[in-house]
Amino acid sequence: MLSINGLTVSHGAIRALDGITFSVNKGELTAVIGSNGAGKTTLMRTLSGLKSAESGSATWNDHNLLHGKPEHHVRQGISHVSEGKSVIPQLTVEENLDLGALFRRNPSEAKTSKAEVFELFPRLEERRGQQADTLSGGERQMLAISRAYMARPQLLLLDEPSLGLAPLVIEQIFQSIRHIVDSMGVTVVLVEQNAMGALKIADYGVVLNLGTVAASGKASDLIADPAVRAAYLGF
Amino acid sequence: MSQFLDMFLIGISAASIYALMAISMVLVWRSTRVVNFAQAGMALLSAYFGYELVSRTGNFWIALPVAMILGAAFSAFIEFFLMRTLLKHSNQGPIAAIAPIIATLGLLGVIRAGIGFIWGHGDIQFEGPLSKVGFTVGDTTLFIAPMGLFVISFVVALLIVVTIVFQKTNIGLALRASAYAPEIAQLSGIRVSGVRTLGWAIAGAAGAAAGILQTVNGIGGLSPESLEFSLLLVFGFIAAVIGGLESLPGAVVGAIILGLVLAFVQIYISGTLGFIVAFVLLLTVLILRPQGLFGSKVGRRA
Repeated sequence: MLSINGLTVSHGAIRALDGITFSVNKGELTAVIGSNGAGKTTLMRTLSGLKSAESGSATWNDHNLLHGKPEHHVRQGISHVSEGKSVIPQLTVEENLDLGALFRRNPSEAKTSKAEVFELFPRLEERRGQQADTLSGGERQMLAISRAYMARPQLLLLDEPSLGLAPLVIEQIFQSIRHIVDSMGVTVVLVEQNAMGALKIADYGVVLNLGTVAASGKASDLIADPAVRAAYLGF
Repeated sequence: MSQFLDMFLIGISAASIYALMAISMVLVWRSTRVVNFAQAGMALLSAYFGYELVSRTGNFWIALPVAMILGAAFSAFIEFFLMRTLLKHSNQGPIAAIAPIIATLGLLGVIRAGIGFIWGHGDIQFEGPLSKVGFTVGDTTLFIAPMGLFVISFVVALLIVVTIVFQKTNIGLALRASAYAPEIAQLSGIRVSGVRTLGWAIAGAAGAAAGILQTVNGIGGLSPESLEFSLLLVFGFIAAVIGGLESLPGAVVGAIILGLVLAFVQIYISGTLGFIVAFVLLLTVLILRPQGLFGSKVGRRA
């Protein structure tokens, strides 16, 4: 279980997260929504160790997320796909994937993970030898998620995978995320600007507003809540 | 015709040493975004290591690889104890951009002074085991000598090894990923700071080879204030920039172009023009192709 308690993070004088508290159940898909500047990306970067917190706590099972470098967290089963198409354009598709499993030092396990990824995104297998900068936006996002999956995470943090993608592609990416949760038993925290789309596939939802938790609950309840609908879902 | 062949051979053997120097500049730049002016001092120190090893063991073939290992260790030591501290404490504003470069300049002075302290300020003679007298075909003496041939073949072999390591091994993938996108590498579980030190170590080994080969294939003299090593730094840097500063193949191609152009000028015009011609070449490439011949427009991600 991911427990976040009173987490406070600042960028210089600006307080990006102001004492947020929520928890995420194992094996569930939790959507974190909210407008620009709500602190969503800061939350993700703090959980993966890229940004340090001021106070509060964040733990995954017994593992303290506020201590140690990102590479340390990855080795403990927490993978983060950062905002924007988080692939290395100068490497090939396959090299990007191999990179994700590099620290595991177990070629046969990595091979199994790669086969799973290719089953989920056959397009990546077709393009395995191509340099990543030749991929479309959607394919890059598939590759970014796959690279994180190659680390065989227990907890996967996805920051705005739908950013800049066409609706049909978003639909496909969201289905794949749901599949990763359901069939592969990975716990996912999905940060999204696309609030409705994210809540529709999520089990649980957290609404952030100016660095605080404005609402949280079962995703279906949030969708039905008139206040949330008016303020965050746009109707 | 024989003059043209001479030009080609002079060019290629100079290019092979510039290539090693350029590679060490590129590796350091890629891993820490620092232009390492101390590379000249590190190469010089490694050449003294080589000299010391030869005078103790009497065997150049053992001294060369051992000096390369020592050069790698010294370079890794500098990254670990000096650069890491510096980059950690000056990570914002204009100081962050300039401090590491000034530090490498200072380090260059420190190394030269240290060499003078240990080995004295006079010239010492460091000769290789192979002849520097050109091969004779019929009654013409070619420019290329056994020593020069060894230098070229050794560099080509090193380049092949470096290419295989970078393109085909896990370590190479980690080195490339950390260079192109350190944050993504970190998020993939790569210990980027360790990989950085490794990048400096490989650069140190390449620089050591450049320093030793330059000495034994050249006039054979070593001194702490060696002008030859300053030129080696400048030409290595120019070769690296021509190639785009990010690219290892670019560094090699840049070195070959620079070596051939300098040899052409030396043979057909005048040896004293070398420095000017090198800068004109650099400016021409930068005006026509600002990203360098092999530089990508993709750039580096945070």
